[in-house]
Amino acid sequence: MDRIARRNLLNNVMLTVTGICTVVTVSILFLILGYLVVNGWRSIDFSFFTKLPLSPGETGGGVANAIVGSGLLILIAGAIGIPVGFLGGIYLAEFGEKTVPMLIRYTADLLNGVPSIVIGIFAWTVIVVPMHHFSAWAGGFALSLMMIPIGLRATEQFLRGVPNSLREGSLALGASKTRTIISVIVPAAKQGILTGMILGVARVAGETAPLLFTSLNNQFWSNKLGEPTASLPVIIYTHAISPYEDWHRQAWAAGLVLLVLVLIANIASRWVLSRGASAQRG
Amino acid sequence: MATAAVTAPPQSRARKLIDFSRDGDRIAHLVTFLFAASVFLVTVFLVYELWIHSGPSRAKFGFSFLTGRTWDPVAEQFGALPFIYGTVLTSLIALLISVPLGVGAAIFLSELAPPQLSNACTFLVELLAAVPSVIFGLLAIFTLVPLMRQYVEPFLKHALGFLPLFQGPAFGVGYLTAGLILAIMTFPFIISISREALLAVPREQREAALALGATKWESTWQVVVPFARLGIIGSIFLALARALGETMAVTMVIGNDTGIHTSLLSPGYTIAAIIANEFTEATGDIYLSSLVELGLVLFALTMVLNGAAQLLIIATTGKGSKQP
Repeated sequence: MDRIARRNLLNNVMLTVTGICTVVTVSILFLILGYLVVNGWRSIDFSFFTKLPLSPGETGGGVANAIVGSGLLILIAGAIGIPVGFLGGIYLAEFGEKTVPMLIRYTADLLNGVPSIVIGIFAWTVIVVPMHHFSAWAGGFALSLMMIPIGLRATEQFLRGVPNSLREGSLALGASKTRTIISVIVPAAKQGILTGMILGVARVAGETAPLLFTSLNNQFWSNKLGEPTASLPVIIYTHAISPYEDWHRQAWAAGLVLLVLVLIANIASRWVLSRGASAQRG
Repeated sequence: MATAAVTAPPQSRARKLIDFSRDGDRIAHLVTFLFAASVFLVTVFLVYELWIHSGPSRAKFGFSFLTGRTWDPVAEQFGALPFIYGTVLTSLIALLISVPLGVGAAIFLSELAPPQLSNACTFLVELLAAVPSVIFGLLAIFTLVPLMRQYVEPFLKHALGFLPLFQGPAFGVGYLTAGLILAIMTFPFIISISREALLAVPREQREAALALGATKWESTWQVVVPFARLGIIGSIFLALARALGETMAVTMVIGNDTGIHTSLLSPGYTIAAIIANEFTEATGDIYLSSLVELGLVLFALTMVLNGAAQLLIIATTGKGSKQP
């Protein structure tokens, strides 16, 4: 075989290999989705959404408390994480000078990279230890820490994307800087910021590790935010590693519900962003 | 109030308005600054808390904590080596699989695929990155583990059993299974960042190579990939940092064995997994603070890697901490 033919052969082989890599990686998502749908769908029934978990061995029951608990934890996380991310992002994009924003930006990226289990330890030391018991507060706080860097960087990035002519136009009309930010700059970037916030919520919604020793788990309804609280991710974990057949069934169902919610949030954020982009072009 | 405003001379009214809005700006500046600064403070506080709460363990074991091989809560003897070993080993297995797969897919998506297909595939891969880790764990327990136990591990023992890496009974859970699940969880990062780095390579580079008679593959492998290498390496570092800190999926398939084993088929432990499993059950100051110190070690490991990854990614694509 001559040289040219050999090179062409290598070319074709290697390009095919990269194609195979792509097919393998993309198909894994569909494998996961398909497997969860097949196993989860069988297990979802009405009582799954409305009943409390039963003690091991009994058939039936649901995870209603975990669904509500997850909602509560996300609410707490959002109530802390969204304002901090949003206002902090405004500072970085509009008010910051040079050194201080760099430092804050760097620490935000640092915080974003902290392993979730370490965030859990931190929330345990600052909330669970002084309060002497596990609580929804601690879980929500831990989740908010994971949400902040995402919201912060998204807000900053999209505010920076707003053209300077808009800023100058508003200032030239005599509006103060604050008024310009509130009525001109933030509205112009709202799609992007919303996307960032949705992605932040979607990320923390599936987090398990920071909840293991902050909000812990609960077999019953938790009446107060100061009590241990069940959540979907933790339920999936404890049910999956348990030896009970019926709990496995519920883990699959909970996994399907969680995955669908997370994927919908991700796709929705894409959709919001693409709509914003086409509106700006049009 | 209204009469006062009417009687006031127009000039001073305007002045007041300007003064007020300046004050408003100052207040807004201060408020937003406080929120931004809280991010910095909370991160510093996190490091401080880890340091303080790991105090008893640091005082008792010193640096021998990092090299100690026993983990005995009853005798209150704690060493981190088995967990550091397990963490590094599972992450290396993961990279060994996810780097070729991820870089290969990134090359296909940036060089060969039509833009629409490329964007669609990248979107799907990024969705994969959004799948919660506990769901990977759930799938791994019920699909991957039986598969490994019945088919893959016996096959590996049969084919490569002469190596110490593939000996011992096939449990299904262990280093190899954890590495495999980590590979699936890390390649989305490698693909999406490497693809951006490859797309940032100027067209002229490709055209010059092709004009010199290179085949498509030669131009890609010898010109485009070296040009984007810093970004690709950055994506690998980022993936490694993810793998080291990954908790749930690994905890569910690692097998929970506090020994150090050469065989990849053997059950083991990682730093994140032992914290997840034992933290709520830990009794006694030394036990707890040893677990916190493990968290500190994990934190330090991932921070170094993340920092390096950031620098490399900034160097190639100009994105990252340092925004224009």
